Amino acid sequence: MTENFWQFSYLVAAVTIILSIKWLNSPATARRGVHAGQIGMLFAIIGTLLRHEVVSFEWVAVGLVLGSGIGVPLAYLMPMTALPQLTALSHAFGALAAALVGTAEYYQHAPTGFLMGALVVETLLGFLTATASVMAFGKLQELVPTRPMTYKGQHVVNLGLLAFAIFLAGWVIEGSAPAWAFPTFSGLSLLFGVLLILPIGGGDMPTVIALLNSYAGMSAAAMGFALNNKLLIIAGALNAASGFILSVIMCKAMNRSFTNVLFGAFGQVQAGGGAAATAKPVRSATPEDAASILANAHKVIVVPGYGMAVAQAQHKVRELTDMLVKRGVDVQFAIHPVAGRMPGHMNVLLAEADISYERLHEMEDINSDFSETDVALVIGANDVVNPAARHDTTSPIYGMPILDVDKATTVMVIKRSMNPGFAGIDNELYYDSRTLMLFGDAKQFVAEIVKELPKAA
Amino acid sequence: MSTEIELSIYVFILAGFLGLELVQRVSPLLHSPLMSLTNAVSAISVVGAILITGSGEATVLSKALGVVAVTFSTINIVAGFLITDRMLKMFRKEGKKEK
Repeated sequence: MTENFWQFSYLVAAVTIILSIKWLNSPATARRGVHAGQIGMLFAIIGTLLRHEVVSFEWVAVGLVLGSGIGVPLAYLMPMTALPQLTALSHAFGALAAALVGTAEYYQHAPTGFLMGALVVETLLGFLTATASVMAFGKLQELVPTRPMTYKGQHVVNLGLLAFAIFLAGWVIEGSAPAWAFPTFSGLSLLFGVLLILPIGGGDMPTVIALLNSYAGMSAAAMGFALNNKLLIIAGALNAASGFILSVIMCKAMNRSFTNVLFGAFGQVQAGGGAAATAKPVRSATPEDAASILANAHKVIVVPGYGMAVAQAQHKVRELTDMLVKRGVDVQFAIHPVAGRMPGHMNVLLAEADISYERLHEMEDINSDFSETDVALVIGANDVVNPAARHDTTSPIYGMPILDVDKATTVMVIKRSMNPGFAGIDNELYYDSRTLMLFGDAKQFVAEIVKELPKAA
Repeated sequence: MSTEIELSIYVFILAGFLGLELVQRVSPLLHSPLMSLTNAVSAISVVGAILITGSGEATVLSKALGVVAVTFSTINIVAGFLITDRMLKMFRKEGKKEK
């Protein structure tokens, strides 16, 4: 009976993992989904421990205890605002683990042919995802410069290294490779992760994090092929599909092709634009003006961006929302798919501030509402509201779907200064006659509006 | 091609399509928790790590790599699930306090 218990256990794990993703489709069942996922992983681990191949438990126990001992504080001590970083870091650990298993398998059994092919994919993606995630973590934490780092011949160097790595991989699979081939291949994989992230700017992070998620899944699935383990294949494939879809959604939201992302050809957008930024007049306003306009509005749509996250303004925004709602103003939120630094970043921030998810709307659902909106309040968003994306064919962001804030009667933009956003493109919205610029730190400015609001008539 | 490998490829393709179908239904509202959950699930490689570490015939090198892999994938699982849960706790409807 115990002979086959592990197979049963794996079956339960596979089913619960599938259910966990299914239940994540709506906020009502999402937490059930997490519990299902936890049960699934538990069954996967217990099942593995019961297999007769597993005979010594001390070191496994050490790993499990040590891992939990690090993982729990990591998840609880990091502030919620460090969410994208935390996810990147967590990715790095998982991917490195997969790569190390691949390395151990190679030195243990030295397989050739199909099995080695699977191991090569596992190791390549594992190492690559690990260093890329660490780099992404560094960029998000601003330990590494967030601007895209490019140099001449970058593609040639990358492609050359890739060709060399593929050659080594083929050699190892064929079976007659010298001892240095596999370590060199691993080293190149690690290097690729770094090279992949170097040219990527902060604004492209949502796509990249989703893509790394997909790679980690592919790596786990490849391990499943190497170990002939269906559970690994199922979980890995689900994960790869999930990351893939998310990155496709992000690509569409930025009007980038998928190949453009796959080959890490980001950051080529800084050319052009910028130069047009002459001293055109802008209208700016004080917190009092803003408060009285908001108080007299019927419908307000708030457009949050990364600036809101940086300034930690979400709680003040909640206060503002509550006050306006109490006055009978209809307040909604418009969320662009790539606002922030990871998919769904803004939703999490606003949820943290206790804003009901029923007020949060996707771009397609709310864009038609802007024309009947009195005030569009843009907080720390830039490129996602730039009308140039609609009509200026020379603009680097031309064709990117944007939030139509310029259709609102009044647009108010809270912004630190007139510096252009991530893509380095001037935003004509700021010079529009309907636009009021509110210069200052997002959190402070919203706080001041909140203070002025009770006095506003 | 052996039947085992063939079967594995079928499983991979079917699970991949299932994943595409399931994830497309996830509301963008929950994309962050989704990433975080699948992040935890990707650490299913803990299975491979345990098999290596607990194997009777493992060399010292394999065993050492295995222990590190078990530790790292456990960090990934634990952190991934806890973060997901932390995020989801925050999503609630207006006026409805946490259960």
